Amino acid sequence: MSGKPRLTYLNGRGRMESIRWLLAAAGVEFEEVFFDTREQYDKLIKDGALMFQQMPLVEIDGMKMVQTRAILSYIAGKYDLYGKDLKERALIDMYVEGITDLMQPILMFPFSPPEAKEKNIDAIKEKATNRYFPVFEKVLKQHGQDFLVGNKFSWADVQLIEAILAVEEKVPTVLSGFPQLQAFKKRISDVPTIKKFLQPGSPRKPPPDQHYVDTVMKIFK
Amino acid sequence: MAGKPKLYYFDGRGKMESVRWFLAAAGVEFEEELLETREQYEKLLQGGSLLFQQVPMVEIDGMKMVQTRAILSYIAAKYNLYGKDLKERALIDMYVGGTDDLMAFILIFPFLSAADKEKQCAVIVEKATSRYFPAYEKVLKDHGQDFLVGNSFSWADVHLLETILMVEEKKSDVLKGFPRLQAFKAKISSIPTIKKFLQPGSQRKPVPGDKYAETVRRVLRMPFDFKAN
Repeated sequence: MSGKPRLTYLNGRGRMESIRWLLAAAGVEFEEVFFDTREQYDKLIKDGALMFQQMPLVEIDGMKMVQTRAILSYIAGKYDLYGKDLKERALIDMYVEGITDLMQPILMFPFSPPEAKEKNIDAIKEKATNRYFPVFEKVLKQHGQDFLVGNKFSWADVQLIEAILAVEEKVPTVLSGFPQLQAFKKRISDVPTIKKFLQPGSPRKPPPDQHYVDTVMKIFK
Repeated sequence: MAGKPKLYYFDGRGKMESVRWFLAAAGVEFEEELLETREQYEKLLQGGSLLFQQVPMVEIDGMKMVQTRAILSYIAAKYNLYGKDLKERALIDMYVGGTDDLMAFILIFPFLSAADKEKQCAVIVEKATSRYFPAYEKVLKDHGQDFLVGNSFSWADVHLLETILMVEEKKSDVLKGFPRLQAFKAKISSIPTIKKFLQPGSQRKPVPGDKYAETVRRVLRMPFDFKAN
């Protein structure tokens, strides 16, 4: 079925947010189906739409795609955000995987008990400032270019700015000590498609709240 | 730098095993540096070889690659095991994503307490037989071909076989009720490069035991423990 990609997920960030970011960055308009009941989820499963009974689900170019990474790789390949050759793709994949590891505790954060939240924020801060941000600070410093890979806007840049903003929501001063990343954040925010995505009214979802957590618990428990 | 790829990891399966499987399946000879001491690991760290301070690390084509998925994607593309176009690649990525998720339940197994091991075994078998194996059985049934994607041997086939064998190590008759997966297993196992890898003397690593878990904990100074899912 041709037409816009269609995203099926909860009305919240979760694992679908990276896909919203990348489609928006590529300038691709998309539709969204939000669900918030167990019945809707059961119907999707019964219809055989979810290969592993999981979401995200993205209907694109006649495929019912699941598995976040597979979906993102497809979008990156299709919209020329995946480097110019195998070696650039390897760099992009390495960077994206690292950033995904950093995002994992942020993804899980809303579901941690209240007494663990402060400890979790410390862990996120520690990982960001000791393991991940220094790597990208160094990459940008060494080649002095605007973008992470091959002097060209790619999936890696989109993933990194998403992660920077997500960490900043938990640790507002996290970029102090990373001047290259501060400049990167500003530059990438000014890319027209990204600038548009960062404005109110875009498909970008707000930080997960209690309602989102309750919906997830209701549907998947 | 030309020459054989070199793998840096512990002397055991872990996340590197999929890379060993895949290089072997592609007929690519490789070397290994096996990490046994904290000192070796710190030397790698200080040398700046580990981008995110983690292993697996593979030296290949002048790159020091980390992140298992990135490494495997590179090998797949380089050796033409990634489908013939973007859509076949999408299918392969989806299928590998599924087997990866199933494998994740098995990866933590050596680090669990005895009681948790029993619980986890049940989780692995449940996920395999109710979520993952039915999905791949259906793929094979729907197109009736020997390989998962595009009627051609690919990364997805290697990863699925690896996963099937790992689950069978937990429950030997787990493929009962999945006739196409049984046929798939026989077919892919008989591919010459894979057949060779499955024979004694290959670089395939044995089922991880306590010694492996102890080495990993010691070398990485793991401050945390795993629990059953």
